Amino acid sequence: MTLFLAYASVAAALSSGLLALLGEHRAAWGGLARRAAGLIQPPIPASLAQAANHSRRLPHAWRRLVFALLTASGVLALAAGGLQLHAGTAVSGQLPFGLPWLHWHVRFDTLSAFFLVVLGLGVIAAGVYGPGYTRQFAGQYSFGALGLFTGLFVAGMEGVLLADDAYFFVIAWEAMTVSSYFLVAYQHEHASHRRAAFLYLLMGEVGAIAIILAFGVLAAVSHSFAFDAWRDVHVTPAWGTAAFLLALAGFGMKAGLVPLHAWLPEAHPAAPAHISGLMSGVMLKIAVYGLLRFAFDLLGDVQWYWGAIVLGLGTGSAVLGILYAVVQSDLKRLLAYSSIENMGIVFMGLGLCMVFIGKGHVQLGLIGLVAALYHVLNHSLFKNLLFLAAGSVVHQTHRHDLEHMGGLIKRMPVTAGLFLTGSVAIAGLPPLNGFVSEWLTFQAALQAASVIDNGILRSMVSVAAAILAFTAAVAAACFVKLYGVAFLGQPRERRSAHAREVSHTGMLWAPAMLGGLCLLLGVLPTWVLDAMRPITRQLLGETLTSASAQGWLWLTPGGVSTASYSAPLVVLAMALAWWLLRRLEHRGPAADVRHAPAWDCGFGGLSPRMQYTAAAFAQPVRRIFAPVWDTVETSAPETAAANPLQVTALRYRLEIGDRSWRWLYLPLTRVVEDLARLTARIQTGQVRIYIAYSFVTLIVLLGVVS
Amino acid sequence: MDWLLALAQAVLFTLLAPLFSGWLKWIKCLLQNRRPPPPWQPYRDLRKLFGKRPVVADTASWLFPVTPYVVFCAAALSGAIVPFFAVDLPTAAIADMIVLVGFFALGRFFLALAGMDVGTAFGGMGSSREMTIASLAEPAMLMAIFTLALTASTTNISVAIDYLLDTGLALRPSFLFALGGLLLVAVAETGRIPIDNPATHLELTMIHEAMILEYSGRHLALIEWAGQIRLMLYGVLIANIFLPWGLAREFTPEALGIGAAAIAAKLGALAVALALAETSVAKMRLFRVQEFLGFAYLLSLLGMLSHIILEV
Repeated sequence: MTLFLAYASVAAALSSGLLALLGEHRAAWGGLARRAAGLIQPPIPASLAQAANHSRRLPHAWRRLVFALLTASGVLALAAGGLQLHAGTAVSGQLPFGLPWLHWHVRFDTLSAFFLVVLGLGVIAAGVYGPGYTRQFAGQYSFGALGLFTGLFVAGMEGVLLADDAYFFVIAWEAMTVSSYFLVAYQHEHASHRRAAFLYLLMGEVGAIAIILAFGVLAAVSHSFAFDAWRDVHVTPAWGTAAFLLALAGFGMKAGLVPLHAWLPEAHPAAPAHISGLMSGVMLKIAVYGLLRFAFDLLGDVQWYWGAIVLGLGTGSAVLGILYAVVQSDLKRLLAYSSIENMGIVFMGLGLCMVFIGKGHVQLGLIGLVAALYHVLNHSLFKNLLFLAAGSVVHQTHRHDLEHMGGLIKRMPVTAGLFLTGSVAIAGLPPLNGFVSEWLTFQAALQAASVIDNGILRSMVSVAAAILAFTAAVAAACFVKLYGVAFLGQPRERRSAHAREVSHTGMLWAPAMLGGLCLLLGVLPTWVLDAMRPITRQLLGETLTSASAQGWLWLTPGGVSTASYSAPLVVLAMALAWWLLRRLEHRGPAADVRHAPAWDCGFGGLSPRMQYTAAAFAQPVRRIFAPVWDTVETSAPETAAANPLQVTALRYRLEIGDRSWRWLYLPLTRVVEDLARLTARIQTGQVRIYIAYSFVTLIVLLGVVS
Repeated sequence: MDWLLALAQAVLFTLLAPLFSGWLKWIKCLLQNRRPPPPWQPYRDLRKLFGKRPVVADTASWLFPVTPYVVFCAAALSGAIVPFFAVDLPTAAIADMIVLVGFFALGRFFLALAGMDVGTAFGGMGSSREMTIASLAEPAMLMAIFTLALTASTTNISVAIDYLLDTGLALRPSFLFALGGLLLVAVAETGRIPIDNPATHLELTMIHEAMILEYSGRHLALIEWAGQIRLMLYGVLIANIFLPWGLAREFTPEALGIGAAAIAAKLGALAVALALAETSVAKMRLFRVQEFLGFAYLLSLLGMLSHIILEV
C-alpha cells in the first residue's frame, strides 16, 4: 500500500514533467496526431512555426495543472512516508525495468520513509509556490524544460530513496544530478549560470564516481549488486574504511561539505527560487540519506574513527560555511553558504553518533543520530522557506544584491514576516525548531566527556561543541545582517521603494506552510522524536526511550536530571509574561505612541545612504577573522585637479573569494592540466606510431595471457 | 508550593534587578569622588520612563515597538530559571543552561534588528558591533557553562549547583579557568567598561547604546530594565556557580533567609569588585575587544579541556 503510494508519487512527478513538455509542444504534437490520423491536411509550415512560437506562452491553466501534479506528487510522498514511518516496517518489491537479469529492486523502509517525508514537504512547497513564480519566465524561457527537469529531478530523488540495488541507485542518482544540472543552467544566457552549472555537473559526476567505487568494494565482496546481499556480507575493516571514505567523499560532495562545497554557492543562486529550495532543502538531505544508508545499513560495523572524521568535516563545514555566509551580500549566495553550515551541523550529529556507536554507547549514539535527523528536517523546512521568500523578494525587486534593498518590511509585510520566522529558526533561537536540533547536538557532545576513554577524542568532541557554539552565534549575526539590510530601514533604491507584496497567493501559502511547521516542530519536539523511533530501531536496534519518558511536554534526551527542555512551557511563560506586561502598562496618558521623524542630528533629513550597508555590517567580523577569506579590498581616491589634497570621490572595491579555490581547486586543475599535457605527448598524429602502440600493446597482452 | 516559590523568586529577581545596578552605580560614584544618587535611583528612572509617551520614528516598522517586549520577556524568563536564593527550582527543568544562552541570543537578535529598523547610521553601527561582540562572547559563555555541565554531567542549572554543594567546592583548575572566562564575558555582555560604556553617547565608543538611541518612554524603560536583569543574572550565575554556599536547599524560612542574605552579600561584594575594576581600567578600542574576548574564549575552552584531561 505505502509502496504503491510511493510509486504513485514518482509517477505523478514524472507525468508533471511530461505534461509540461507536452504543453509546450502541444501544437506540434497536435499536428502530428492529426496527421497520423489522416483527418485533415498537414498544416502549412508557417502556421506551425507560429503556433510553436506562440506555445512558449503556456496558458495559465496548463501551468497550474503541471504544478498541481507536482504538488500531488509531494502529497503522495508525504503520505507514503508518514504511513510507512508509522508502520515501522519495510516493504520491498521489484520493478520490471533495467537489464533482463537485473531488475530494479525497491525497498521502502523507515529510513527512506523519513526522507520521503522531508522530500514531500519540500515538493509540496515548490508545487504551491511554482505557478506564480514561474510566470516571470513566460515567453523568455522554456516552461517545458523547467517542468520536465523538475519532474525528473523529483522522481530521481525518490528513486534514490527507494532503490535497493546499486544499479537502480546509481541511475536514480544520475537522474537527480543531471536533471538538476539543467535546472541550474535554466537561465542560460547568463555566463555565470552556465559556469555554475558546469562546475556543478563536474563535481556531481566526480562525486558519483566516488560513490560507484564505494559500491564497487561491496559488490566485489558479495558478487552482487543487490543491497540485500550486501547487508549479509562482512567486509574487513581496511576495505570497510576505504569504502566508507569513498562514500563520504561522494555523498559529502553532494552535501556540500567543506572543502568539497565549491559548486554549492555557485549553483544554488543560479537556479530558480523553488528549485534552489528543492536543491538546498531536499537534495542535500538525499546525500545525508545516502551516507546513512551506506554506513549504517549496508556497511554496518561502524568504526569510531569514521565518526571522528565525519565530526571533523562537519565542524569545519559548519564554521567555515557560516563565516563565508556572513560576508556575502548576495541574498541567495548567503543562503547557499548557510546551507553548508547547516549540513555541517547535521554531519556533526552523525559524527558524534558514529563515535558513540563505535565505542559501544548505543543510547548516546542515538542522541547524535536523532539530532542529525531532526536538523535534516528542520533545515529542509527553514532553508526552503528562506529560499522561497528570497525568491519573492527577487521577483518583486529584481535585485539579488542586499545593498540595493531595504525597507521591504513595509512594502512586503507578509513575506517579511515569513522571512523573519525563517531567520529566527535558522539562527537557532528558542522557541523555534532550529534551536531544538542544535540543543540536541550539544547534548550529544556533552555526554561524550564522561563515557569516552580516549583523551584526544574527548577533547576533540569538546572543541567541536565549542565551535558549534561559535557557529550558532555567527549565524545569528549573519541573519541579523541579512534581515536588517534587506527588510529594515529605508529602501536604498527605487525598485525596492516601489516593491509590492506578491500578488499570487501560492507564493505566500508555500512559505507560510513551512513557517507554521517550523513553529510546530520547535514547540512540540517530543512528538517528532517519537515519530523517529522506528528509524533508530531499524538502524541501530534500539530506541531513544529517555527523550520522551516524561510525556510530550518534556524533552529529556539523557534522563530528567541530565537535561530537560520544555518548549511548550517556554512559549506559555513567554505569552504570559507578555500579556501581564501589556495589562500592567496600558493605562494612563502614556498609553499611546507618538510618531515623529527620527533624530537626524540636526542636519536635516535622513537619507538611505546613511544606513549601514551589508558590507559595513560584516566589516568587524571580516577584520577579526581576516585569514579565512581571500579578500581584495581597494579604495582609490580621486582628487580634484586643482588641489590634489581635495578628495572628490572614492572608488571602493571589495571582493571576497573562497580560499578553497586557491588552496585546493586551482592546484588540482593545474595538476590535471599538466598530466593532460604529459599524456598528449604520446599523441603524435602519425598513423604508423599509433600502429606501433597497438602492436606493443598486443604483444604485452599476449604475454600476460599466456 | 515549590512552583509558587519559583514564581515568587522570578518576580523578586525581576524587581530587584534595578537595585543591583543602582548599587553598582552608587559604589562607582563613591570610588570616583562623585556624590552618588541613591541606590534606588534606577526605580525612579524607570517610573519616569513608564510615565512618558513613547516616540516612534516614522521610518520604523512594527518590529520596533514589539522588540522591547520580546527583550524583556526573554530576560525575565532567564531570571526565572536561574537559582537565585533557593536551589531546587521546578522552573529550572523547563529550560537548561543552553536555553538560557538561547534566551540571551533571542533578546539580542531582536534588539539588533530594531537597531537597524529606523535606518539611522547609529543603529546599524550598534547592531553590527553588538552582533560581532556577541559572536565571540556567546560561545565563550557557553564553554564556561559547559565546564560546570561536564563536572556535574547535567545541563540543568539547579541539579548542577546541587551537585556542587554536595561534593563541596574542591579546588578545580577547570573552574578557575571557567570563572575567568565567565567574568570577562559578563563584562562584555552587560556593556561595561572596558568593552562598552553605557554612560556615554559617543559614536566611537557606543555599542549597546547606539542600538537603542531611538527608543523612548516605556519602550526604553523595558529595554533598560531587561539590561539590568541581564547584569544581575550574570552576577547571580557567577555567585551561585563558583561560590554556591548559603543557597537554600530546603524550603524552610531559615534556609530561605540564609539564602537571601548570602546572595545579597555575594552580589554586594561582586558589585564592589566590578566597580573597582571599572574605575581602574580604561575603555578599549573596538578592535581590541576581539583580543579580550578571544582570551575569554580561550580561558573557557581551557576550563573545559582541563576538566577533560585532569579531572575525569
